[in-house]
Amino acid sequence: MSWKKFFRRRRRDEDFSQELEAHLLHEIDRNVGLGLPSNEARAAALRKFGNITSTKEKVHEMNTISIIETSLQDLRHGGRLLWQNKTFAAVAILSLALGMGANTAIFQLLDAVRLRALPVMKPQELAEVQIVAKGGRTGSFISRRPTLTYPLLEQIRARQQSFSDLIAWGATRFNLNPSGEVRRAQGLWVSGSFFRVLGVPAIHGRVFTAEDDVRGCSNVGAIISHGFWQREFGGEPSAIGRKILLDGRPFEVTGITPPGFFGVEVGQAFDVALPLCARSLIVDGPDILNLRDTWWLAVIGRLKPGKSLDSATADLQSISPDIFRETLPARYQPDDAKSYLNFTLRSADATSGVSTLRRDYETPLWILMATTGFVLLIACANIANLMLARASARQREISIRLAIGASRRRVIRQLFAESFLLAAIGGACAIVMAGACSRLLVSFLSTDQNGLFLTLSMDWRTMAFVAGLIVATCLVFGLVPAFRATLVSPGSAMKASGRGLTSSRERLGFRRGLAVSQVALSLVLLIGALLFARSFRNLLVLDLGFRQEGVLIANVDMRRLSASKAQLASVYNQLDERLPQAAQVESAAQVYIVPISGSGWNNNVFVADDAGKREKGLSNFNEISQHYFKTMGISMIAGRDFDSGDTLSSSKKAIVDEPFVQKFMNGVNPIGRRFEIEASPGEALPQYEIVGVVQNSKYGSLRDEFSPTIYLPASQNDDPHTATSYVLRSSAPVAALTASVKRLIAEIHPEIAISFQVLDTSVRNSLVRERLMATLTGFFGLVAAMLSTIGLYGMLSYTVTQRRNEIGIRMALGANRKDVVWMILREAGLVVSMGLVIGTGATLLTMRTADSLLYGLTSRDPTTLVVAISSLTVIAFLAGYIPARRAATLEPTNVLREE
Amino acid sequence: MTQKSGDMMQGTLDMLVLKTLILGPAHGHSIAYAIEASSGDVLQVEHGSLYPSLHRLEDQGLVVSFWGTSENNRKAKYYRITPAGRKKLADERSRWEQLVQAITRVLGPA
Repeated sequence: MSWKKFFRRRRRDEDFSQELEAHLLHEIDRNVGLGLPSNEARAAALRKFGNITSTKEKVHEMNTISIIETSLQDLRHGGRLLWQNKTFAAVAILSLALGMGANTAIFQLLDAVRLRALPVMKPQELAEVQIVAKGGRTGSFISRRPTLTYPLLEQIRARQQSFSDLIAWGATRFNLNPSGEVRRAQGLWVSGSFFRVLGVPAIHGRVFTAEDDVRGCSNVGAIISHGFWQREFGGEPSAIGRKILLDGRPFEVTGITPPGFFGVEVGQAFDVALPLCARSLIVDGPDILNLRDTWWLAVIGRLKPGKSLDSATADLQSISPDIFRETLPARYQPDDAKSYLNFTLRSADATSGVSTLRRDYETPLWILMATTGFVLLIACANIANLMLARASARQREISIRLAIGASRRRVIRQLFAESFLLAAIGGACAIVMAGACSRLLVSFLSTDQNGLFLTLSMDWRTMAFVAGLIVATCLVFGLVPAFRATLVSPGSAMKASGRGLTSSRERLGFRRGLAVSQVALSLVLLIGALLFARSFRNLLVLDLGFRQEGVLIANVDMRRLSASKAQLASVYNQLDERLPQAAQVESAAQVYIVPISGSGWNNNVFVADDAGKREKGLSNFNEISQHYFKTMGISMIAGRDFDSGDTLSSSKKAIVDEPFVQKFMNGVNPIGRRFEIEASPGEALPQYEIVGVVQNSKYGSLRDEFSPTIYLPASQNDDPHTATSYVLRSSAPVAALTASVKRLIAEIHPEIAISFQVLDTSVRNSLVRERLMATLTGFFGLVAAMLSTIGLYGMLSYTVTQRRNEIGIRMALGANRKDVVWMILREAGLVVSMGLVIGTGATLLTMRTADSLLYGLTSRDPTTLVVAISSLTVIAFLAGYIPARRAATLEPTNVLREE
Repeated sequence: MTQKSGDMMQGTLDMLVLKTLILGPAHGHSIAYAIEASSGDVLQVEHGSLYPSLHRLEDQGLVVSFWGTSENNRKAKYYRITPAGRKKLADERSRWEQLVQAITRVLGPA
């Protein structure tokens, strides 16, 4: 076998023809020389030569690779046949392209979120250092991945043996604007060796070194990403050395990272990176590098050669007791300290980076993958049906081919080539479609507050996936029809119209099997769709305990003011007083933790019961100003709201909600009762008096149960926060409202940074995943039901055609039309009920995966099951009724005359 | 005894072709007649069967081909034996002789 010869086979054939011609001419010359007349001379030459065609074929076979040559012939033949049946080809290709495109789009996301390695040097050597914290950690948690504290990082660095380098980072968001409305940039605090260890160079300037990240650093630069450089500096190299303002402090740009590097957290892209030590330059208060209970760092190490994840974990475990003893936070209560000392460290694979996205979206993506896979299978079953129909139309042609000596294998190959062409064209369209679809999905999941960054590229993995899909689909829909088509005996071609009285059981059996599996698969998909839709609806109609419509949130940040506590208190006083008076604002109030924002604040409280026994328990906290409940539409049940009498000098007051009363007061009216809040050892526990009770309302997320919440008055906080939020109720358009609020705040102090959110929108945005699942599974469930209906209808129509004679005879013998309709509907009923039984079984077995994503119902919800089964039954009945009617209107005399 | 090449063993025809080319380059038509003539017209070669043999020998590198002009002034494709071809011929000849001796011994004196 030689490729060189294969590609020159035409020229070589041509060459051989000339050689043969020359041979014949020489023989003719010889014969003429022997005295034969010229016409006889040629005939004699041909006789002497033997079979010219067979000689040419023999020589051609030496020059070609026959499997390829014949395959090319088969493909060309298949192409011609498809071109002749454009409608069939278009329908098949379109449904395959949709099915494969959806699959590929989901796969691309899975690839980006789960499978692909980080675009950094030797990603397979990276391992994340994680903490195993039984009993939970206490303290402050900052950034998206608050795994470790800085003192812990120092200890690990000093003691570990498994990693050649350790890098640490914490995520943050910077404000680029000097004042007024906030403009966000995604920020990273990184350790000095971050870029060097990842092998990420600067395309301009330089990246950080260990010298950039030392305690007490003052003159540090910023590294910016390629995307940020393009966006903010238009890609000008002169950006190096320019200053950017981060949270009001100027930093010089010292380096730009290459395109494609987004950090180590999949789903997020960084804009600006600063060294860890620079945090104290921007954030006031004690230096975070010394805080033992502020969790804000994630740590990745590069494993030394020969070290495995297991040996690194063993190493980390052995040094854990010392590390945690050395870093025990002084203000921990004995029980917190006890659990802290029992923490251990371990290492986990970080080849593909780390991601919180993965936790939220891995299961949904696998579910969607299965969903689209099922839809593709259902589409394949329909195409298999069409292929069968086409094969039976070509039965005469095929039996003639077999009769005149074509091998069965070659005929199967020819039929299969047609399937392969369909699948390959479908796959090519799918690649184009998938790119657009996956981008659409990402934009669907991105919200203003929570941008999603994923690199979606057509890498080899996606290509291999599409190739696999093409092979799998054409096997599924092409193989059986091709085999079936060649099962005819060559003799049957000779009979004029070889039609038996009844259809063969076997042939119908396969079609029935296809229809049964279609019904079963679409039941699974329909149930899934209904579950996700109902779960989404449960979340949408949920009583949050507050009225989310018509509330604007204004986040205010006073860090630029560098104000003293007294000055801050006076700014808040002015805001509290003037915001409710802003144009078109009905009411306004301060709130520290905006509900459903994902933030939270909790602590232990001590409540003394009537007998004087102190009970300890966990409660949520919030800090508000008066009119908060009115603004949010939370009703007071007993007692009073905070008022201007609650000041720093008056005794500490609190308002609690219903669950608090249930948990700590056994439901008895708590007005006038007191509780204490846990504090560090040695500090006095602050005492609060309950002055009011409010209705329950959702705190951290929609899925949380109502839990005890304590509201404290902001006016009694002797250490005001440097950033907080205001809720404003108004029916005015958002744009007008934000403009007037901005103006008013600028009047109070021009350096207050402001950002806005609409409460209703951010509540709905907390449901993007649920919305995605409900929309997509709903869409695919509908498509599946539609495709199955078409499949069932096709199968029954075919049955009626095949059984025309039988039906004719039955009617001639006295069966009435009703009997015939019932006969066909019985067939439909059999197929559907088998499908429903199998589908129900499959649902019960597989749907449990979805339980963690559902709200307010489980995967075994009986109502959903009943609704899905009955709607499929109705659809199937309609699909069966049309062919049944057609069978019943057959004229027995016409049918029998045809025979 | 006349024998058609169809009955002739494939290797045998290859050997005869190589032997013919020892005398110098030749084209297909003249090779066919050379074999007939040198066998005293005992071996009749079906011309058609000669070409697969020639092309096979060319693929194996035992002969090379070139276009030339024949004795009656026509274009013709000539074949020339290569050193590998000469060696192959020698091998084939000794194998053939062993075979003939063996068969003769089996048949014994007539």
